[in-house]
Amino acid sequence: MIVGLDMGGTHIDAVIIEDGKVINTVKKPTNRDNLFESIWTTLEELVSGYDKSKIKRINLSTTVSTNAIVEGKTSPVGMIIQSGPGLPHDFLACGDENIFISGYVDHRGRVVKDLDTNEIKESIDLFREKNIKSCAVISKFSTRNPTTELTIKELMKKDFSPITMGHTLSGKLNFPRRVFTSYLNSAVYDTFNDFSNNIKKSMEKESIYAPLYILKADGGTMNLLAAEEKPVETILSGPAASFMGLNAMLNTDKDAILLDIGGTTTDIFFLADGVPLFEPLGIKIDNYKTLVRAIYSVSIGLGGDSSIDIKDGKIKIGPKREGYPYAFGGPKPTPTDAMIVLGLMKDGNKEKALQSMETLGNQLNLSVENMAREILDTMGNIIKEKIDKLLYEINSHPVYTVKELLHGKKIDPKLINIIGGPANVLAPILEKKFNLPCYYPKNYHVANAIGAALAKTTTEITMLVDTAQRILSVPELEVYKKIDKNYTLNSARKKAMELLEKSAISLGAKKDEIEAEITEESSFNMVRGFYTSGKNIRIQAQVKPGLIHELRGDEND
Amino acid sequence: MIKAKNKLGLVFFPAFDWAISSTHPEREERLLYTQDQIFEEGIQDIEGIKFYNPIIAEEKDMQRVHFCVPDVKSRLTNSHFISVGGAIKAFQSVIDKEVDKSFALVRPPGHHAHRVVYGDRGFCIVNVEAVMLERIRQEYGPMRVAIIDTDCHHGDGTQDIYWNDKDTLFISFHQDGRTLYPGTGFIDEFGGPSAYGYNINIPLPPGTGEEGFLYVLDNVVLPILDEYQPDIIINSAGQDNHYTDPITNMNFTAQGYAELNHRLNPDIAVLEGGYSIEGALPYINLGIILAMAGIDYSNVHEPDYNKDKLKQSREITEYIKQVSEIIYNRWKDKENLRLKDLKGLDYVEKSRQIYYDTDGILENQVQNFKVCNKCSGVNTIKSRSDGGYNIYAITIPRDACSNCIDRGHKLYKNTPSDNYTNVYLQDRVNDIYYSK
Repeated sequence: MIVGLDMGGTHIDAVIIEDGKVINTVKKPTNRDNLFESIWTTLEELVSGYDKSKIKRINLSTTVSTNAIVEGKTSPVGMIIQSGPGLPHDFLACGDENIFISGYVDHRGRVVKDLDTNEIKESIDLFREKNIKSCAVISKFSTRNPTTELTIKELMKKDFSPITMGHTLSGKLNFPRRVFTSYLNSAVYDTFNDFSNNIKKSMEKESIYAPLYILKADGGTMNLLAAEEKPVETILSGPAASFMGLNAMLNTDKDAILLDIGGTTTDIFFLADGVPLFEPLGIKIDNYKTLVRAIYSVSIGLGGDSSIDIKDGKIKIGPKREGYPYAFGGPKPTPTDAMIVLGLMKDGNKEKALQSMETLGNQLNLSVENMAREILDTMGNIIKEKIDKLLYEINSHPVYTVKELLHGKKIDPKLINIIGGPANVLAPILEKKFNLPCYYPKNYHVANAIGAALAKTTTEITMLVDTAQRILSVPELEVYKKIDKNYTLNSARKKAMELLEKSAISLGAKKDEIEAEITEESSFNMVRGFYTSGKNIRIQAQVKPGLIHELRGDEND
Repeated sequence: MIKAKNKLGLVFFPAFDWAISSTHPEREERLLYTQDQIFEEGIQDIEGIKFYNPIIAEEKDMQRVHFCVPDVKSRLTNSHFISVGGAIKAFQSVIDKEVDKSFALVRPPGHHAHRVVYGDRGFCIVNVEAVMLERIRQEYGPMRVAIIDTDCHHGDGTQDIYWNDKDTLFISFHQDGRTLYPGTGFIDEFGGPSAYGYNINIPLPPGTGEEGFLYVLDNVVLPILDEYQPDIIINSAGQDNHYTDPITNMNFTAQGYAELNHRLNPDIAVLEGGYSIEGALPYINLGIILAMAGIDYSNVHEPDYNKDKLKQSREITEYIKQVSEIIYNRWKDKENLRLKDLKGLDYVEKSRQIYYDTDGILENQVQNFKVCNKCSGVNTIKSRSDGGYNIYAITIPRDACSNCIDRGHKLYKNTPSDNYTNVYLQDRVNDIYYSK
């Protein structure tokens, strides 16, 4: 038995899956004032009557960290930032106290100027005086040489906890994002750890001993221990849950468009040969661009309950939802009303739906039915236009080699998979607009909880080998070690796969379920003077998101 | 977050899979550390900075500017079509008003490529800026353009291409040709009969630093631009005046390059040379990007930057002042100089020898410019290379009068192809290229 739970802004969905079949589901409203309580009561209800010892794992997608950030309920953070020469640094001051220290590490990871420990001592005094407990330490190019961050943490660890070091969160180069991600990690640390302690206690009380996993924005999971260390990784997992749900119900290995059409919004995702597209660097939360790996998802303000106006003789749908559809006592006509008028939906007050279409129709000289058809057609157009624009952007993402520019992969969708309330109504419309087959599952109501339940552990590493300096580094695993100067691309590949597997296991993956792959690799000859001084090898490797097993049963026949 | 005052388009195409040879300065690694610096600084997250991929230039684009011998395909690699395409994309993004300015960080460079191309010289085969500019003129119509070549080497190829074109002012400042490749770029190289005075060279002594470069900019380049009133300013942005460059002897800095671009305020910059790939390029490129985008660049400098150590000597300062005065006065006096030097001539002939250092080819050529009072005049090149080619090339310029158009076509028709290995006609008025 696997338990999956997805906590959204308004609802919590939970499922039990046994042998690939959904055997129980629960849906409850979210109590924003007590997220833990919401989750726990949902879980209790879900598993009551089942043999708890048979639960193999529990996968949670929670908004605990997301809410804390969005609502500003985070811990004060003291930031120590070594920004060196380059961009002006004022905009990096995201903490409650921000100390910019001297010293600099360059792009090769050479310490050009040492840090001044007196500045650290002064920072410690200031943070203590301000009663700050949580800290983050970030230096420019710390992914190339973490020494500065390690030294500072060593000086501070007696007085502060947590201390997030920038290089541990991602191996990717982007100093501002590293600063913001480190800040957020320390800022939500206490909130998330309170939550996880509560969960652990309650599980113990109920004698549930299954391992607990937390869903990440990249569509994969990590165990609770890892989430406690890097709670920032738990943000914005909601879209990932519905993405994984879509994949569980409608599997494909082709280029595809995935849509989750809800009441307020439509979420758009893409698959390239069945593999999800990721954000190039990381997800954005609030005003912070981060290095938190995430599935590429774009949300537009268009759903079944979006309010409709006529402006300059044109139908305008969304981006706002101003309440229930008119047929359900809401203030404004909505696409749902149009569906009711056309007999595509059975619920709701048909009289009121007709009224709402009539008001709009009068403005455009359209019959009630034609008005309703026009609305659904417009919805299709909005989605088509947006997706065309996104595909253009995606297919013109920067590339850096002649080979990629001439022969690089372009996404060319062959099908559309849709879930959500209006999926069955919009499928035939989108089929025509895109001239692509559209598929939707029969039962989509707990897709996100199913997605959470079936998500496997994911991880990614960034390796740099500099044989001139004889250093191999994988910042996110805190690997920074000496190697032989004859180290080859082949040995680097092997090492990357080995480290990746080890990392996946430490995050809770089972050895036989790990599908590791190298996603990018390059090896540069480094020439100084007229002689080759070494090799600069760069490898990106991942365990990509996947399903623990396929969903069986009558979900999509 | 940081916001750019000027919307900036960046075509960053490091061509990580292309090199002249594995240990050549123009190799895969050249922009690797620049990429690291740009990425680490988070340039792609700055609001108002937009990244573009290059488009791929066409054979026809090359033929508007060059006579590739025997033909375009046998002289160029994919990387050249992309490097030029990157520059074209940069220019298009400005002229289509998607951005205010743009910077093409592309390789290989191009400013040593002359009109006739037998091979690679100074790491260049096609002239990236010229091919870009002529494509844009073809697509968008006539425009008055100033190309400011800030590479340490004389932009001899660009000089050759725009030698007789008054609508393209070419200013190159560089280390004195008596001390550095390609050994040209002297004050008296002043332009062809139709553009006398519109080719300006500013040779600078080895050891010139921030003070000297900015002096030349303020006292020669900017005043001339002010009088010329170009529609577009292009910075042919070589980065080898840097104090760490391995093949030059200047003392310029990243901060200086940023300041120069701030004051010059170019619409488009295109990367040229610069081979201090670790110590200079990451910082200079960052400086140029910030300066063009209108973002504070005062904190951009090399890790080992030492202002006092890089200060130029008083002798250099004095010398540069004198040179600047001579050059500016020549610009002011260009009409009189034209009358004095070119009066009464029907044709102006120019013979020279061109060495292709990268490919080891020696070329001898004679250019012949018709002096026409209605247009820039048809012009021809007779050229012979030690690789066995012997060519005759005719150019009908963009502004050619009907007589010159006829003259050009007659010359092509009447030149027997058995006297030469190749005969070419570039008809810029009709945008057609012939070869036989």
